[in-house]
Amino acid sequence: MFETLILILDATLRVSTPLILAALAGLFSERSGIVDIGLEGKLLGGAFAAAAAAAVFGSAWIGLLFAIAASVSLALIHGFACITHRGDHIVSGVAINTIVAGLTVTLGLDWFSQGGQTPALTGAARFTPITLPFADQVAEVPVLGLIYSELLSGHNILVYVAFLMVPLTYWVVFKTRFGLRLRAVGENPHAVDTAGISVAWVRYRAVILCGVLCGIAGAYLSTAHNAGFLKDMSAGKGYMALAALIFGKWRPVPVLLACLLFGFLDAVAVRLQGVSLPVIGEVPVQAIEVLPYVLTVLLLAGFIGKAVGPKAIGKPYVKERA
Amino acid sequence: MKGALLASATALTVAMSSAYAADIKPAVVYDQAGKFDKSFNEGVYNGITQYTEDTGIKIRESEPKNEAQVEQNLRRLAKRGYSPIVAVGFTMTSAVQKVAQDFPDVHFTIIDSVVELDNVQSIVFKEHQGSFLVGALAAMASETDTVGFIGGMDIPLIRKFGCGYEQGVKYVTPNATVIQNMTGSTGAAFNDPTKGSELAKSQFSQGADVVFAAAGGTGIGVYQAAKDEGKLAIGVDSNQNHVQPGTMLTSMVKRVDAAAYKVFEEAQNDTWQPGIEVLGLADGGVDWALDEHNQALISDEMKASMADIKAKIISGEISVHDYMSDSSCQY
Repeated sequence: MFETLILILDATLRVSTPLILAALAGLFSERSGIVDIGLEGKLLGGAFAAAAAAAVFGSAWIGLLFAIAASVSLALIHGFACITHRGDHIVSGVAINTIVAGLTVTLGLDWFSQGGQTPALTGAARFTPITLPFADQVAEVPVLGLIYSELLSGHNILVYVAFLMVPLTYWVVFKTRFGLRLRAVGENPHAVDTAGISVAWVRYRAVILCGVLCGIAGAYLSTAHNAGFLKDMSAGKGYMALAALIFGKWRPVPVLLACLLFGFLDAVAVRLQGVSLPVIGEVPVQAIEVLPYVLTVLLLAGFIGKAVGPKAIGKPYVKERA
Repeated sequence: MKGALLASATALTVAMSSAYAADIKPAVVYDQAGKFDKSFNEGVYNGITQYTEDTGIKIRESEPKNEAQVEQNLRRLAKRGYSPIVAVGFTMTSAVQKVAQDFPDVHFTIIDSVVELDNVQSIVFKEHQGSFLVGALAAMASETDTVGFIGGMDIPLIRKFGCGYEQGVKYVTPNATVIQNMTGSTGAAFNDPTKGSELAKSQFSQGADVVFAAAGGTGIGVYQAAKDEGKLAIGVDSNQNHVQPGTMLTSMVKRVDAAAYKVFEEAQNDTWQPGIEVLGLADGGVDWALDEHNQALISDEMKASMADIKAKIISGEISVHDYMSDSSCQY
């Protein structure tokens, strides 16, 4: 029983990693006032770039760089449309999602002739699990040993990066000068402008940070969790991340918890399938699949309370003219 | 790729000299997993590529992106005078039903489902027989006497795979445990490798050491997980042994390529017939795959007992229960 729980939690970490990275990416963007429904597209674009570059160069790290580059470019397009040209954030985000969904398959078809997939990655082209020091030695220790060796050890580096990003994001957003400006720009851009700080430049930096994190999340999908790119492989994770962001009220730690909850429900769903529970009997697949969504609605409606976003979110900033 | 292009180009020039070859305008519509799913659709693709190479007749291909486009594509092809039109996969059943009624002169062939109309040919397979075979092999290869099954979308057709597999496993090891999971309840369940890999990892942690995935593109994640954890996996539809050589125990092959090839050949020779065609072990419609990628995993002993079981199924000595006959797996 205990071991099963550990294995479920282990799966939770694997499944929530891309959500955490993407949700933190969204946090930077939205805290600065830029709505980012294009997380999904950036995730998919990053995944494709990572897998393609890793397949060509044989290195997961080079893949990661390409993923970040691709994702940042997409983020800059979004920024250019929304910040410089004051376009509608939703329209631009949806456009990015649509473009990427088609473009990745088209480019993949042209480059690799495998129907939009990239070749299967092996060896150094993937991020492989890291065994933490002494994991094998302490595995025999009851409870704690199992937690350390099964749960904490044996993930790939990007999983650890994702979890480190949470305190880092907290520090950047709440403890640095840049973070203060970032939040101010999302709440009251006029005040920031009056203080002589460029609203556009702060927002651009936020959007770039968003791109970097999405790129890492994308690379995780195609070069760490899986071994290659498949069309539409992000499978709505960008939207889930956005939901977690709202769920977590745009704060790093609650966002982390929301992502872990989603990941946990997913992991439980995988586990519960075909298992006969006492009283209820065998649970149908459909009932388990719907669980994360039902719980989200329930929690949002009943326990979390109202989620209020940054005040200036989605509003293009226009300087007053004399 | 270039070679294939060149070959088809030469074949085309050869074919131009013979007049009758240009008489048919065949088309094929793949399902949403796409033609390169390394599985079911790719089998059809291989069949028609072979056909084009052999005869020089080009086949119009279409890949609908969503369910709404399936009917549109079928209708457009029918309007433009394509015939026969091959619809790949059970998801197109209702669309074929509708369009075939509107175009009574166009010949349709649907693979994996049955549409009873005068201008529709339905090709179905006895997947339960093939699954029984690979189930038996899984039980022979398993050291833990626990094996897994991962289906794509939760529909009777996929349950049929699982049921046949379970029977095969139990035939060899009566007290074996078969863990069965489904990926989801929508078409997307055939294209979700991440979920596939998580399901496989979950089954491995419950003791399974051989996993059979009947899940289209989702299977790619399952095979990867098996490779990562040093366990065995079984492919489906096409021969997938080459996907992860060394950890693919075998593949349950559905000869969709041969079926597609035959459809066009019949159309060309004017022997195309509407009706239901059921392909099983006896006529080579389903089988298990043995090639250079998995021969190290299969001992002579296993080969012999597989041949024995296969002969017994064909002769009727072993009768494999078909899930779809009564929507249950009681056997």
